[in-house]
Amino acid sequence: MPKVTFIDLEGKSHQCDIANGLSVMEGAIAGGVPGILAICGGSCACSTCHAYVDDAWADKVGGPNEIEDATLDLANDRRAHSRLTCQITMQSEFDGLVIHVAKND
Amino acid sequence: MTRHVIIGAGQAGLQIAESLRKEGFTGEIVLFGDEASAPYQRPPLSKKYLLGEVTADRLLFRAPDHYSRLSVDLRLSTRVTAIDPAAHTLSLSDGTHLAWDRLALTTGARVRKLELPGAEDSRVHVLRGVDDAESLRRGLEQAARVVVIGGGFIGLEVAAIARKLGREVTVVEAQSRVLPRVVAPLVSAFFHELHSSHGVHILLDQQVATLTPTADALIVETGDGTRIPADLVVVGIGVLPNTELAEAAGLACEAGILVDEFARTSHPAIVAAGDCTRHRNLLFAAPHRLESVQNAVDQAKVAAATMLDAPVPYAQVPWFWSDQYEVKLQMVGISAGHDSLVVRGVPGPDGFSVFYWSGDRVIAVDSINKPAEHMAARRLIAAGGKCAREHLADTTIDLKTLIQ
Repeated sequence: MPKVTFIDLEGKSHQCDIANGLSVMEGAIAGGVPGILAICGGSCACSTCHAYVDDAWADKVGGPNEIEDATLDLANDRRAHSRLTCQITMQSEFDGLVIHVAKND
Repeated sequence: MTRHVIIGAGQAGLQIAESLRKEGFTGEIVLFGDEASAPYQRPPLSKKYLLGEVTADRLLFRAPDHYSRLSVDLRLSTRVTAIDPAAHTLSLSDGTHLAWDRLALTTGARVRKLELPGAEDSRVHVLRGVDDAESLRRGLEQAARVVVIGGGFIGLEVAAIARKLGREVTVVEAQSRVLPRVVAPLVSAFFHELHSSHGVHILLDQQVATLTPTADALIVETGDGTRIPADLVVVGIGVLPNTELAEAAGLACEAGILVDEFARTSHPAIVAAGDCTRHRNLLFAAPHRLESVQNAVDQAKVAAATMLDAPVPYAQVPWFWSDQYEVKLQMVGISAGHDSLVVRGVPGPDGFSVFYWSGDRVIAVDSINKPAEHMAARRLIAAGGKCAREHLADTTIDLKTLIQ
């Protein structure tokens, strides 16, 4: 199963196995990654699963679509590689992906 | 040790537990839920779950070990039967008692039932909890003819899913348009046309009079004598707040547990949050009750702060969404009491937004397939709703530039 490493706000690493087809957010929730809240449950309505895709992975993962881009405007401290993790669908090519958790509240 | 107890393990209850810890509370937290499942998301129940795209384990808000890591004593399948506010205790269905220092009521709401003979037929479904959704999902697998009673959000979302599954669908609405309580007539018309174009039959101004079982169907008969044979009936006619515990404990209730802007009930040590409350929000003159994720979460944060004696008033902008077919409706504000409308864009597949005005301010905006306009509208409403009305309908001007 592909692995994703989440770096939380305190700099701590959390490695999660995430099955293909699940969202990166779902993997973070199942793995108990602190700071990924996802209060809307992955409907791209709230921005509380905001994170930064590691620079090395940004091109491969790609950017947000129109709805996600608009929703990201709600997020704290949006940056170049900001994504809503509920909108990144896990696939084999993302094995080893590194995600930095943003400040969500 | 100090013990804070939360009754109701839905979104608001979970949020209170997490907010208490986030704000540094180190005492005991007990979270009671009367369902068997750990806290889970309800919005997908009428959407992806019903379609079979997600399973129940994917609805859970948190991993199973989250509660122990957070030192939250999650007690499921447990019903609180009474509260004694004076003694600071509560009684449980197993006959035991528990003392508390502060108490939070997040008891949610339950579906309104159809009070008709035949409504107890096993082919009649409601949708509130995951058990309801599972039963409905299984029922939809077998049913060819589906009748939805109620053209509100739940009814229309279920209708959309049933059509996606290829079922024959009729929606019966008692009012003269779908979504009658919450959106402007032109938005109702848009959703009516959306469902009609997907093959849903919509009957307006029709009360259901009887449900009669026959050999091979349940016959839904409306007031004017129209008879619709159904293999499955879904009733979506609104919810009632669960106020019984609060009322029995002597707390003030009036179509909801009454709370102030600090989520305080009429008892100083008891707060309440979420669907069960009729509450004050400083952004609005009158108290209201809201059934939404936003209200559950934001009001729960307020309730937690009050429990920790660090009160912060509730002044958050309400928002809501609904998914039907490929259409995303996003709403912000409360449109009740508006006196005029401005429509931006043309109602149709490319999306549009409806701005609800009261005097010189925008008080609510409905956006259909216009996520960027919805996000701008959230800022607009939060900032007080002042904007350049004369340019609002001009889609060549970026909405963001019109907000004062």
